[in-house]
Amino acid sequence: MSWLLPESFSTFGPDVDFLYYVILWVTGVVFVITEALLVYFVIRYRRREGQKATYIHGSTKAEIIWTTLPFIAVLALAFISIPSWNMMKNPDSVPADALDYIVNAKQFEWEITYAGTDGVTGTADDISTINIMHVPVNQAVNITLRSEDVLHSFFLPEMRVKQDAVPGMDITVWFEATAAGAYPIGCAELCGNLHTTMGGTLNVYEAAEFDAWVASQSADADDADDADDQEDQ
Amino acid sequence: MSQPAASTADRHPMPGMMVYNVKLGMWIFLLSEVMFFTALIGSYIILRFAHPDHFAEPGAVLNVPLTAFNTFVLICSSVSMVKAYAAITQGDQKGLKFWLLVTILLGTFFVGVQVYEYIILAQEGFVPMAELYGVAHEIEGAALYGATFYTMTGFHGTHVTIGILCMWFVLYRAWQGKYSADNYGGVEIMGLYWHFVDLVWIILFTIVYLI
Amino acid sequence: MDAHAHAHEMPWIRRYVFSTDHKIIAIQFLLMSLFFLVVGGLLAAMIRWQLGFPSEPMPGGMLLPDEMMAPTPAGAIMLPEFYNSLVTMHGTIMIFFAIMPLLVGVFGNLLIPLQIGADDMAFPRLNMASFWMAFPAGLLMLVSFAVEGGAAGAGWTSYAPLSASGEYTGVYLGQQLWLISLTILGFASLAGAVNYITTIINMRAPGMTWFRMPLATWALFITAILILLAIPILAGALIMLLFDQTIGTGFFLPASDGEPLLWQHLFWFFGHPEVYILILPAMGITSDVLANGARKPVFGYHAMVLAIVSIAFLSWIVWGHHMFQSGMNPMLGTTFMITTMVIAVPSAIKVFNWLGTIYKGNIHLHTPMLHALGFVSMFIIGGLSGVFMASTPVDVYIHDTYFIVAHIHYVLFGGSLFAIFAGVTFWYPKMFGRLMNEKWGRIHFWLTLILYNLVFWPMHSIGIQGHMRRIYDPTQYEFLQPLQPINQFITVCVFALVAVQAIYALNFIISIWKGKKAGNNPWHANSLEWTVPSPPPHGNFELVPIVYRGPYEYSAPDVEEDYWLQDTPPPSETAAPALEPQPVAD
Ligand code: HEM
Ligand SMILES: [Cu+2]
Ligand SMILES: [Cu+2]
Repeated sequence: MSWLLPESFSTFGPDVDFLYYVILWVTGVVFVITEALLVYFVIRYRRREGQKATYIHGSTKAEIIWTTLPFIAVLALAFISIPSWNMMKNPDSVPADALDYIVNAKQFEWEITYAGTDGVTGTADDISTINIMHVPVNQAVNITLRSEDVLHSFFLPEMRVKQDAVPGMDITVWFEATAAGAYPIGCAELCGNLHTTMGGTLNVYEAAEFDAWVASQSADADDADDADDQEDQ
Repeated sequence: MSQPAASTADRHPMPGMMVYNVKLGMWIFLLSEVMFFTALIGSYIILRFAHPDHFAEPGAVLNVPLTAFNTFVLICSSVSMVKAYAAITQGDQKGLKFWLLVTILLGTFFVGVQVYEYIILAQEGFVPMAELYGVAHEIEGAALYGATFYTMTGFHGTHVTIGILCMWFVLYRAWQGKYSADNYGGVEIMGLYWHFVDLVWIILFTIVYLI
Repeated sequence: MDAHAHAHEMPWIRRYVFSTDHKIIAIQFLLMSLFFLVVGGLLAAMIRWQLGFPSEPMPGGMLLPDEMMAPTPAGAIMLPEFYNSLVTMHGTIMIFFAIMPLLVGVFGNLLIPLQIGADDMAFPRLNMASFWMAFPAGLLMLVSFAVEGGAAGAGWTSYAPLSASGEYTGVYLGQQLWLISLTILGFASLAGAVNYITTIINMRAPGMTWFRMPLATWALFITAILILLAIPILAGALIMLLFDQTIGTGFFLPASDGEPLLWQHLFWFFGHPEVYILILPAMGITSDVLANGARKPVFGYHAMVLAIVSIAFLSWIVWGHHMFQSGMNPMLGTTFMITTMVIAVPSAIKVFNWLGTIYKGNIHLHTPMLHALGFVSMFIIGGLSGVFMASTPVDVYIHDTYFIVAHIHYVLFGGSLFAIFAGVTFWYPKMFGRLMNEKWGRIHFWLTLILYNLVFWPMHSIGIQGHMRRIYDPTQYEFLQPLQPINQFITVCVFALVAVQAIYALNFIISIWKGKKAGNNPWHANSLEWTVPSPPPHGNFELVPIVYRGPYEYSAPDVEEDYWLQDTPPPSETAAPALEPQPVAD
């Protein structure tokens, strides 16, 4: 049982993890102090026969202090969160050289479309895979997230990515993986009876390997089916 | 539930609002009604901004002159309601009964016209069901138009209908001589509700029919 | 009104079933919501069975129909659609039919007239109607388990489009009953809210100025205002969703260009005020009990009132924090992050004032006091975990994970429910004339506190490891498999936690007949309900009480005892005839 985040493998990782640990420290200190005071007071001021409690109604000074300090603290937490949030979610922050992807969610799978060799989605040489996503390392990817039926949520825990897929909307999601390997994909929004099965794998490759994979897929894009993709990981 | 205005005030001279309970309760209840119509109207505004193509030009589908006249009728019913209230504050029993009846008739007329309008519109293919919209006849607009129109005007019509039913009850009590120049709480809160429903209609008429 | 005087002559059915007496209605709400609390707890136990031991035969599962539990030679295994119904109904029942009626229905009814010195609610018959709408609404919700397709399974939040059309889940009637049941419950809540607000504004006894009201009543007053304004929003949304389900409108269905996010906005515009509806009365109860246990005035009474009021205001402008990852414009997300951070401040103020209240007290750890202290210590955790989620980048990671589940339960179980235990034990004499057993009360408290933390503390941790909420079988995800021992541990603790509640149930039931006779004022408290017999007679007060001071004058130097009833005339006035209503200056 641990309060430590699992290791992250994307450029968002340092930001999210830093904020998380800052908040963990701040709230941790508040937690320890308040709970300790609570226990201390209960023991120190427990009932004694013949004794009367001290008759105090409050203190304006104390109220001002413990209104202002938390106010400053939470506002500070909000403001240090803004830049990271903008970087993660603002469509304008997507790097210009990002690779285009389409992720289409439906009950109960992720359908991933790659731009293929021409670098543009929606053309004949597009590649598509189910539940397995291939991306190059150290390269931003720009996903257009869609849904065909109900809400789903595209969750890449190790990339610190989560975004609901909403039918009728095209939502921009981007990230840049920083280490090759295989990582889980999850669905984080209840989407029906088999929601629990809607997992997948994110494969992060070295650039050369990834290009080779794209080339091999584009060559026989027409007859490539899901089964082939499964073997490719 | 209408208590005589005097008793509550006597019992608790301090530190309440100097407004008898039933009237205060009605005001509070109307606040929640405001929120209810806010939800419906707010959704309409959001949907209309998101999908302007679903909504026809004013007058293209809806019969604006007819509804304008109907709006006038409803406003008249508010005036007659005020008359009924004014009558009983003077102890005028006859005036109370007369003006209540006028209000009931005007309100019923309003609902009647609305039902008539619904029938005509439905025949023209203007329906709340997304799949049936515009199927009977080719009409402007699309699914969200019908859904929002019938939901908003329908709930308003329901409120008018409930108001009319309550008004019959008030009239019945007026006939029994339950109200007087210093006990007219029931009439007053009936009036509050009625004016509120009237006000909501003016807003609905403006944003649904005119804009 | 005249019926009141002749209460004893009324037939049994009018006195106990269709009663208009606020105290009887409070007891009716109490029995109803404790029943639903048990139901909700059993649903939770089933959920946990599946999570701890995924797809293993559930003990007793054979008793349930095949549409819920698939029979195998080894036993009955839970179906995923039934799991979704369980999760949905657990949340719905606990929030709408257990915690909300316990806080608002029970304490609102019991305390408001007694604490302000009124003979009953402003509209006693409306009050009766409120209960007789809420109860059938709850039954309707339960019936939905038995209909074709099973109970609603789209979560207590019923996000569209999953909830808007049966084709996605196979649940048609169940979802519709869910919507109808909550609409009826909405009417019941509105009836209650109108009643409470009118009563508090208009029916306070002479001398009961705004700032002499106990904080429980203050909190219930503000809660009633939130209900009054929030429930109609939910009603509007429910009705639109019901139209989508039944007559085929497309408000929330993308196929007709409807907006799924509109549902979320409406739901949370109601929903965030709703979560404060579920905590404000608990805070008020806690304040009353803490002052009593510490034998000290509430620290910073005015600040406490101000905090409640500002929470109520702020609760209208934070709803978007439930939608950070929903596809809502990220700029809006930033705005909601700031408002959400700010709403943590009044909660912090309240915690500090509670600490101030016990500081230099003469603390008597009776059972209600233990629960009130439990409330404070658990609410601290729930409030602090809220700050993690308020930070949008952190929320990206923890949204829809078990971290959220931990947060909810620290505020609603550790928070609201502990305050409810405190309140029920504290005011039990005012309902039944007797006290609950102290020894068993303490045993129940300590076992609950420990087991509760064993259950919910680890949920933070598995949430941090990425464990999603509302998944039927976590072992389907390879990266969650190492967490399975924790899931099993939680499940075992849940069974113990549920079992331990039997102590409270038995204590509650047996004390009705066997408890110690309470007398007027067993806790030596100050507010008006303690000036009358336990339970108070029909009409409550023999004479309209006159209020001379605030409700927290504990250990005042001017008096010998360490409490000072609100209606005891000050020493200088004892000679004067005190019983006639007279204007009192603040
Ligand atoms: C200290 C102030 C609080 C803050 C800053 C806060 C913040 C939040 C945030 C940001 C979320 C959304 C998390 C997500 O879904 O990603 C959330 C969820 C929730 N909060 Fe709080 N919260 C606070 C206090 C409370 C209180 C007092 C209650 C109830 C009594 C409460 C009940 C809930 C519930 C029920 C949810 C989950 C709703 C769901 O998705 O099912 N919170 N809170
Ligand atoms: Cu899913
Ligand atoms: Cu919230």
